Amino acid sequence: MNELSEKVLGGKQGALHLAILAVLLLVILPLCLDLFRLGLIGKYVTYAFVAISLVLLWGNGGILSLGQGMFFGLGGYCMAMFLKLEASDPISTKIQTTPGLPDFMDWNQIVELPWFWEPFKSLPLTLLLVLVVPVLLAFIIGMAMFTRRVGGVYFSIITQAIALILSILIVGQQGYTGGVNGITDLKTLSGWDIRTDSAKYCLYFMNAGLLILCIMLSRFILTSKFGMLLLAMRDKEERVRFSGYDVARFKIFIFCVAAMISAIGGAMFTLQIGFMSPSFVGIVPSIEMVIFAAVGGRMSLIGAVYGTLLVNFGKTIFSETYPELWLFLMGGLFIAVVMFFPDGLAGIYEKYAPHCSFSMLRARWLKKVPKVTGERQ
Amino acid sequence: MFGYTLEEVGNIVVMQGFSGLSLFSVLLLMALGLAIIFGQMGVINMAHGEFMTVGAYTTVFLSKLAVEYDFVKSYFVFAIIAAFIVAFILGYVIEYVMIRHLYKRPLDTLLATWGLSLVMQQIFRSTFGAKEVSAELPEWLLGSFQPTEGIDIPINGVFVMGLALVVTVSVYLFMFRSRGGLRVRATMQNRIMAGAVGINTKQVDRVTFALGCGIAGVAGAAFTTIASTGPTTGSLYIVDSFMVVVFGGAASLMGTIASAFGIAQAQSLLQFFMTSSMGKVATLMTIVIILMMRPEGLFAAKVRK
Repeated sequence: MNELSEKVLGGKQGALHLAILAVLLLVILPLCLDLFRLGLIGKYVTYAFVAISLVLLWGNGGILSLGQGMFFGLGGYCMAMFLKLEASDPISTKIQTTPGLPDFMDWNQIVELPWFWEPFKSLPLTLLLVLVVPVLLAFIIGMAMFTRRVGGVYFSIITQAIALILSILIVGQQGYTGGVNGITDLKTLSGWDIRTDSAKYCLYFMNAGLLILCIMLSRFILTSKFGMLLLAMRDKEERVRFSGYDVARFKIFIFCVAAMISAIGGAMFTLQIGFMSPSFVGIVPSIEMVIFAAVGGRMSLIGAVYGTLLVNFGKTIFSETYPELWLFLMGGLFIAVVMFFPDGLAGIYEKYAPHCSFSMLRARWLKKVPKVTGERQ
Repeated sequence: MFGYTLEEVGNIVVMQGFSGLSLFSVLLLMALGLAIIFGQMGVINMAHGEFMTVGAYTTVFLSKLAVEYDFVKSYFVFAIIAAFIVAFILGYVIEYVMIRHLYKRPLDTLLATWGLSLVMQQIFRSTFGAKEVSAELPEWLLGSFQPTEGIDIPINGVFVMGLALVVTVSVYLFMFRSRGGLRVRATMQNRIMAGAVGINTKQVDRVTFALGCGIAGVAGAAFTTIASTGPTTGSLYIVDSFMVVVFGGAASLMGTIASAFGIAQAQSLLQFFMTSSMGKVATLMTIVIILMMRPEGLFAAKVRK
């Protein structure tokens, strides 16, 4: 048991960092911010799920998926479909020609609920599908690509194309998916109104709690033997293969886990924000989510969360005041992170900060070892 | 079939086929540049679409000048050359400042060039405005001719296709029949050996990258004849162009041509018979499925790494 907690928390230092993050998300931010700002943080936290999944997949596995937005979106859409069906009961939609159907179906002259909407009438099935649908898609993609040893940039380009396909499909099939507006006007979750203040607080805490659970799950994966293999595959894939490991299977597994974590984020997004739209599915959001992970540190689970919060906070502030400047900044961020800080915030932190624990400082003082200064790069 | 008579279907196929040819030409020009940068150098240039936009804006700018100084009839030839030169120089600078530091990290190049594309888009928006602009076309490019009743073939489409063919042949001649191309291929195949026999490999990298960008610039000039240019024009074509290159087999010129043709025609025909979004979905889906079954693309034998 002790060993398990060690693995989940990642040692003393890991536990400390996780605790700081938990206190920040669960105590400090809710106390300091009003509900509107807290809602924004909640939204960023849902993106952080994707950033974590990219740390697993990209930082540790060397697989850069440019389609994580697709899994985020699928999770979100599954949730949204359930909420939409609940919101369009026959009484509240009685002005439509076909009461009981979601409003956008009515606008598009669809008179019967399409078959793939049927499972979303039940909550347990929906919660299952939120996880199963993205994982299934990831499994199919992974099966097709990794077993044929497609990797590196080809994988990135093809996942990007699949994300594009999915977003065009959602926009094009307006009658079945709500089109470019997405699925809006979501009201209740099994009778619980998600638009009230108390529900918003409740969902925020649920969201942050789930994020911390996901970090612990990812930590567990990374500190296990599998995590070592993942790193080995990233650096010397051939050697791992020649040692008798089935590289493709490991890659498929981590891709599926990453898809699942992203999907949880998507579902929480829908619950908190109250809608889901194709603008979270396509190429642009998928790449933006990569930059969240990159800014935070592609190797660091907790760094990725801070990266997400920071970039999005910057985005909100800048796009409110200087919308033209934001794209410059975002583009510059991509270039700067890649060229000068490949390990992101976590890399900078690890370089300069953690050697400052008291005993180490004293030892350094006694031995007169020159201190690491912050000026050098 | 779909409520059309056989003859009408025939005409539609021919006309959509020709409109597909314009798309084919632009895609081919884009993909040629990418095939050089990506296929030869292994660099993912997500800003490739923006280099096309640079070429397009250069053409538009020249067309404004042409209207002012009254040489509308002949400016287009200069515009093509200018588009090439501007994009070439820009590519040369970008390689020097950014790309050369990232050759060992292809995934990171992808992110950095994506950032570059965002910056370039915003520069376009700040300088030329968010609205789409179009070039003043000379008269000989406008209009269409009718070989038979019921078939209209636009002249600009034919012109653009001619341009694409000329560029393709030039690229072929350069890559496979000239000393310069020999140096490029030698460097890409074995950098150390190429360096050992006295090729300045860094210079070759720079010129190769710039050449790819220059061809994207020509694609931009061609693009202005069939549509208007906006800040995000290039980004609409980037995924398609990558699909063309990957589908054709990254290092193969024949493959690039064949897959550009296939993709453009499929898209153009399907878009007529389905909705435009479903046509695109069907095309891309087919490519992705084929790529999943045959990851090395149509015309290459090597396993992807």
